[in-house]
Amino acid sequence: MIETIAFKLNGQSVKVRCDSDRLLLWVLRTDLGITGTKYGCGKRLCGACTVLVNRKAVESCSTPVRSVDGAEVITIEGLAEDGPLHPLQQAFIEHDALQCGFCTPGMVLKAYELLSENSDPSRDDIISGMEHHLCRCGAHVRILDAILAAAKEMKGGMR
Amino acid sequence: MKKKDKISTLPSDPPPSASDISRRDFFKRMGALSGGVVVYISLGDPESWGQQQPDFNAILRIGTDGRVTCFTGKIEMGQGINTSLAQMLADELGVAFSSIDMVMGDTSLCPPDWGTFGSLTTQYFGPTLRKAAAEARTVLVEMAAETLHVSPKGLIAENGEIFDPRHPEKRVTYAQLTMGKRIERQVAEGTSITSSSRRNVSGKAMNRVDSRQKVTGEAQYTADIRLPGMLYARFLRPPVHGAKLTHVDTTGAERLEDVRVVREGDVVAVLHKTPDGAEKALGRIDAQYDTPEPTVNNKTIFDHLLDSNPPSQTVTEGGNIKKGRRLATKQFESIYYNHYVAHAPIEPHAALVHVEGEKATVWASTQAPFRAREDAAKTLGLPSQNIRVITPFVGGGFGGKTGGQQVVEAAWLAKKTGRPVQVAWDRREEFFYDTFRPAAVIKIESGLDAGNKITYWDYDNYFAGARSSETFYDIPHHRVLSRGGWRSNIKVHPFGTGAWRGPGSNTNVFAMESQIDIMAEAAGLDPLTFRLANLKNRRMSHILRAAAKQFGHSFAKAPSKRGYGIACTDYKGSYVATIAEISVDKTTGAVRVERVVCALDMGEIINPEGARLQIEGCVTMGLGYVLEEEIRFKGGKILDENFDTYSLPRFSWLPKIEPVLIDNPEMAPMGCGEAPITPMGAVIANAIYDAIGVRLFELPMTAARIRQA
Repeated sequence: MIETIAFKLNGQSVKVRCDSDRLLLWVLRTDLGITGTKYGCGKRLCGACTVLVNRKAVESCSTPVRSVDGAEVITIEGLAEDGPLHPLQQAFIEHDALQCGFCTPGMVLKAYELLSENSDPSRDDIISGMEHHLCRCGAHVRILDAILAAAKEMKGGMR
Repeated sequence: MKKKDKISTLPSDPPPSASDISRRDFFKRMGALSGGVVVYISLGDPESWGQQQPDFNAILRIGTDGRVTCFTGKIEMGQGINTSLAQMLADELGVAFSSIDMVMGDTSLCPPDWGTFGSLTTQYFGPTLRKAAAEARTVLVEMAAETLHVSPKGLIAENGEIFDPRHPEKRVTYAQLTMGKRIERQVAEGTSITSSSRRNVSGKAMNRVDSRQKVTGEAQYTADIRLPGMLYARFLRPPVHGAKLTHVDTTGAERLEDVRVVREGDVVAVLHKTPDGAEKALGRIDAQYDTPEPTVNNKTIFDHLLDSNPPSQTVTEGGNIKKGRRLATKQFESIYYNHYVAHAPIEPHAALVHVEGEKATVWASTQAPFRAREDAAKTLGLPSQNIRVITPFVGGGFGGKTGGQQVVEAAWLAKKTGRPVQVAWDRREEFFYDTFRPAAVIKIESGLDAGNKITYWDYDNYFAGARSSETFYDIPHHRVLSRGGWRSNIKVHPFGTGAWRGPGSNTNVFAMESQIDIMAEAAGLDPLTFRLANLKNRRMSHILRAAAKQFGHSFAKAPSKRGYGIACTDYKGSYVATIAEISVDKTTGAVRVERVVCALDMGEIINPEGARLQIEGCVTMGLGYVLEEEIRFKGGKILDENFDTYSLPRFSWLPKIEPVLIDNPEMAPMGCGEAPITPMGAVIANAIYDAIGVRLFELPMTAARIRQA
């Protein structure tokens, strides 16, 4: 059904008029031109398309756009918009927690949710939290280190 | 040294001799008309040469703004060469790392290059690039001497400036030197370069130059490129390789708003202004196929490979196998197997093609932009010089992004529709059209003499590919055969095969180093002592000892019940020794890899941080093909279509990974992106045997196979 969906995207109010069954991933990437959110598998199996909806990590490849009506959506572009990098982004840089970088936006946003729910996670907490996110280059060790470092840096005071 | 000097003052152009046309062309396209020092670089790697190509394959420019730009057809897909190549340049030129720009994989700005694979970049390209930079520095120093009225001897080039240390006020910047001048040189081989003791930037751990873009979403990959009026395409795909379309009805798709259907023979595509719109239209096509009877599957594949009986090529041979066999007091005969493995980069193949009159621009997710240019040219019926291929960031390749099918598809549709067209494969297409690492069989016969020295080694390889199969042990009588190779072979494999990170070597090292452990046990020795006793190669002994030292536990004759494994290899000159500690759940058969020590001697180390990252990546990725990854198929039907059934390594699999870098600055730098993955099969197989006394001959070593064995 064609509907107007209004939501907050990276701090800005946006409206899209389209079939409300369309998937958030494609609306973001095509209609809104926000391409930091990646397609990896289309079936919630890899995490590359992860965005934050009301600060919860969701796979945009399987989320109809109607479900974000009135919600706050944050993509990787919105994590540090015009401001300093988020401690997680900074930690990913400092720990070389990426290679090809294709899974990185999803990793960072999933970690954001993780730290907002548990400000003092153990390594095992992070492993189980990140388990469904795939990285083919094998940057896992650095990603874990980066998330741990960011948690320390933020010391519970989530930005 | 091969060198061509041309120094002229603008605005007069260099003489337009035939061989200079392409040089002038590049000079213009680089925007270097206001002047600058340009060095044309030719690589000694013959594979990178094609016919009618210019005699250089990289360009180094010091611009009139003092910035240094390197133009190369190599591409960045995560391996970090945009950082390590810039490090080399910074040192040789005496400029800040931050003043270097790398322009990569753009066929209009960069001279032809065959592709980025085989860990060739640092090994072949690195030293030549250094020579070019050293050459440029020499030119700049000569110019500075003239400008400053001093002797060039003793002048120091540092931070983009040249100065006389005796008279520090006598200084001039590169930008001042190059303004209004146009200096061209060519470098091939033989230039002396900065000695390793003077290197300030290389050898230092550097963070990647592209991290910021990649953590902010700013980094663009092919499918992120947007053009006005572009259409997104999906293709009708057969369910099975070799299937024939017998009936198709596209009216359902045509009825949807804004959908275009393009059909030519059996090729059917739908286009829409959104990717999901195209996907929806694809779902409305009714198609029927005739599918061939499957003749082979993932269980029968090994017999099929052996039955195909391909001719053998001798990789290496020495002594006399028959004699070796006679001398042997103990003989060993084993057959090793490995299944098809997918590349599975997280970024699927994508291309965007935009045709404007007689010219076209192509954005492609590819490891081989110049091949993509040829593919697009052929499809569009345009001369290749009219086509510009731009390679944005590539989201992983691992050898799987060298073909140009998606480029051909996008070019074909761009031509048909007159619009810019994006083709981006979905995950099913990515599995279906992947050129898998081939299933392979290795037969080894070997023997020990009465003194427990290896006396013969008879190695017969079906379809793995020959790389790393030459034995580096001291074996008097040996023969290594290779049959088939890893390239696609439609008579044998039911689908495409090709290079996969460390092609051939993963299979070869699994077989070779497993066999060594079998003999070690028969000799009554621990696997480290046995290896050292059979090695004359001191570089290999050294790296084995270095790995063992880091590991910190001594080895005992297997099975020691402790789950220690060791394996080593020579991967195109890079030496690796890996030691693993694992545990096996005897009821489930599941393997838990606790710790992996990986020592790497790749000659001179350019970026230690990058090298550690590559080791960690190789060890982690390696766990996949060693423990779980296997393509299941029935004839041309690929049963694994996504990550639910095809299992990649995950965070919970992570062992403690300890890279050990052997500093070997006297040797030229060699690659590190592939070597450390290749011993992973053997090191885990040997550790499993050490833990539970069960020898696995088939990769992957799944829990089910371990339970069975």
